[in-house]
Amino acid sequence: MSLNTLWFMIIAVLFIGFFFLEGFDFGVGMLVPWLGKTDDERRVLINTIGPFWDGNEVWFITAGGAMFAAFPNWYATLFSGFYIALFLLLLALIGRGVAFEFRSKLSSPAWRRTWDWVIFFGSLVPPLLWGIALANLMRGVPIDAHMNYVGTFWDLISLYALVGGVSVVLLFLLHGALFIALRTDGVLRERARAVAMGVGAWATVLTFLFVVLSYFETDMFTRHGIDPGAVPILAGLSLFSVQFFIRAKRDGWAFFMTGLTIVLSTITVFMDLYPRVMVSSLNPAWSLTIYNAASNPYSLKVMTIIALTIVPFVLAYQAWSYWVFRQRIRAVERLEY
Amino acid sequence: MDNLILARWQFGITTVYHFFFVPLTIGLAFLIAFMETLYVVKKDETYKRMAKFWGKLFLINFAVGVVTGIMQEFQFGMNWSNYSRFVGDVFGAPLAIEALLAFFLESTFLGVWLFGWDKLSKGVHLASIWLVAIGTTISAFWILTANAFMQHPVGYVLRNGHAEMASFGQLIGNEQLWWEFPHVWLGAIATGAFFVAGISAYYLLRRRALDVFRRSFAISIVAAVVSSILVAVVGHDQAQYLMVAQPMKMAASEALWNTSPDEAPWTVVAGIDTARHRNTWEIEIPDALSILAYNRIHGRVPGINQLQAQLEQKYGPGNYIPPVRTTFWSFRIMVFAGFAMIGLALYGVFALIRDKLEQSRRYLRWMIPAIALPYIANTAGWIMTEIGRQPWVVYGLQLTKDGVSPTVPAGQVLLTLLGFTVVYGVLAAADVYLFVHFVRRGPEPEDEASDAVQLNVAPL
Repeated sequence: MSLNTLWFMIIAVLFIGFFFLEGFDFGVGMLVPWLGKTDDERRVLINTIGPFWDGNEVWFITAGGAMFAAFPNWYATLFSGFYIALFLLLLALIGRGVAFEFRSKLSSPAWRRTWDWVIFFGSLVPPLLWGIALANLMRGVPIDAHMNYVGTFWDLISLYALVGGVSVVLLFLLHGALFIALRTDGVLRERARAVAMGVGAWATVLTFLFVVLSYFETDMFTRHGIDPGAVPILAGLSLFSVQFFIRAKRDGWAFFMTGLTIVLSTITVFMDLYPRVMVSSLNPAWSLTIYNAASNPYSLKVMTIIALTIVPFVLAYQAWSYWVFRQRIRAVERLEY
Repeated sequence: MDNLILARWQFGITTVYHFFFVPLTIGLAFLIAFMETLYVVKKDETYKRMAKFWGKLFLINFAVGVVTGIMQEFQFGMNWSNYSRFVGDVFGAPLAIEALLAFFLESTFLGVWLFGWDKLSKGVHLASIWLVAIGTTISAFWILTANAFMQHPVGYVLRNGHAEMASFGQLIGNEQLWWEFPHVWLGAIATGAFFVAGISAYYLLRRRALDVFRRSFAISIVAAVVSSILVAVVGHDQAQYLMVAQPMKMAASEALWNTSPDEAPWTVVAGIDTARHRNTWEIEIPDALSILAYNRIHGRVPGINQLQAQLEQKYGPGNYIPPVRTTFWSFRIMVFAGFAMIGLALYGVFALIRDKLEQSRRYLRWMIPAIALPYIANTAGWIMTEIGRQPWVVYGLQLTKDGVSPTVPAGQVLLTLLGFTVVYGVLAAADVYLFVHFVRRGPEPEDEASDAVQLNVAPL
């Protein structure tokens, strides 16, 4: 396997980690103002992700850094091309990140309500944009011979892209509701289960609609034929199974299955792209690939050695941090802020 | 306005704003780690209250630093895509390593530290804040590796129209980096130290929570003396290296239009006429520029006009002179702020030794606005080093105007510039408001019982 392929996989893994982890904490963020009726309940909800959300977000920052290092042209084209989308994403992430730290620092209800809504929108906008971005990545965008994006922001918005955006929002909402069910008990847990029941069906329908549309909108069909292969089919099956686990009140299994859906769907997107990283809708020859977008072999070798040395430690201590805070959070105990 | 100007403003605003928060994060992390170490070693609850109080302020500051840091990393791709394509092969690596090695460490262990007071043993809890502090330092090292490459590119080859990494060892062995990194890091420690000293002074003046703030002041003023003296010493070494790497920046920062005599005087202040390439008046200290540049009382320092001629010969026709006024004055602001810091810190230590600190009320009052001094010095230093590198984005390799994203319309850059500036403004206001609120409220009271009651009445 070439280092170019390895780095494509490393970046895929970073996005998989990001969507799996931030998936539930975006979901929790969207649910904070709706599920938490009292201030204490909202605090409990935020504390379910309190020690983790920042570390989860680093997966995305690292993915950005890895793109810059391994595929500078991908980084340059994507970030300058999806300019306004990225601007909105950054505003959302800025607002949300600050809101988690600021909201509880003052007791004024108006102050807290304001930040709760920042958390809501800051958690809603990113998955919507991610869905839109992934749809466009698969379908292709206007990229010229010099690897520059020559479309506008509105070229990114289409029915297909919006279906993609909404399905990611619903998937994350479901994932987040199940995470809350795992991390709390009593009334919050019951409410989270109810949300998961309601959202679960819609998430499934929208996601399948998106897959069907993908057959028409992207070159998936011409490249792979009708049978998409094992990974997307397993993704679909795991999403179906969530319904049954929720009804059986097996929160752990349901959460595992939404996680699996997210992981396998992300793999599907990357498999569909490979070996391209950005598809040009103007001319297939102008697409960015893992070869024409990449750093030189020496640079990739250095980065490979460094990444393979550090990543095991990162995984170990992040896993440890989840283990430290494995207990359910109860409103009666003293809450750390 | 074209998108080059707008993109430059956006970069400047984002970077300066981001760097308001970074140095305090670094400096405060070490001071808190030190306080908690004393708590664990001496088993004295006062140190725990100290760590918690400063930890609260640390978090408010950290949050803004993190979120603006994302923008800092992504704007290379957004506004500077040609730059990113040109140097990404070299420049992307330190950024990716920074995220892998530092950001995960900081964010994970800060979460553990913040939520883990009752869940971890004292030793593990202490280790987490040290890992946060070490993480901030690693982060500074790698981002400065990237910056050092822009200042003094090494370890690359030009191939297929862009810079490719040729030696990772040279990249991190860049001499520029090894002057720049300690200088920035010590400046950050000084920022944390003056912050803690200034707020402690406020409490000493009001005679509140004296047990916490006497010790906080003592710790921070010692850190302030050491760091503010060392930052100047390293800065002096860095200036000598500037003579090797970017003599034009040195000449511009001195408004030295023509090559100096063998014993070069240092211009304290001057009236600068950039159109006519001369200074209308100046106040000079004999020999001091030779000392600054070479650490000797002899030595010619090349002037702007002569260097411009040399650079035209090397790189072709063009204007290779950075904005002289900005470079000159930002350097002076940094140096004057630095000397004021050394003076204040030394006075504080002597007052402390002679047990006269709390009677020196005027000094304590001065220490509150003195919190701003390191911020001024940090900002001015970065403005000097980045403006002084112009017109290059990567010195000698790429001009700033060639690095900008070619297909992003100016209207969009303007929109995001305005958008981010407004958000930065709101965040700064909220941040300062919270700081003032928590400083007024003070640390948690001594015994745990009243601690819990207070938490129920007004949760933090």
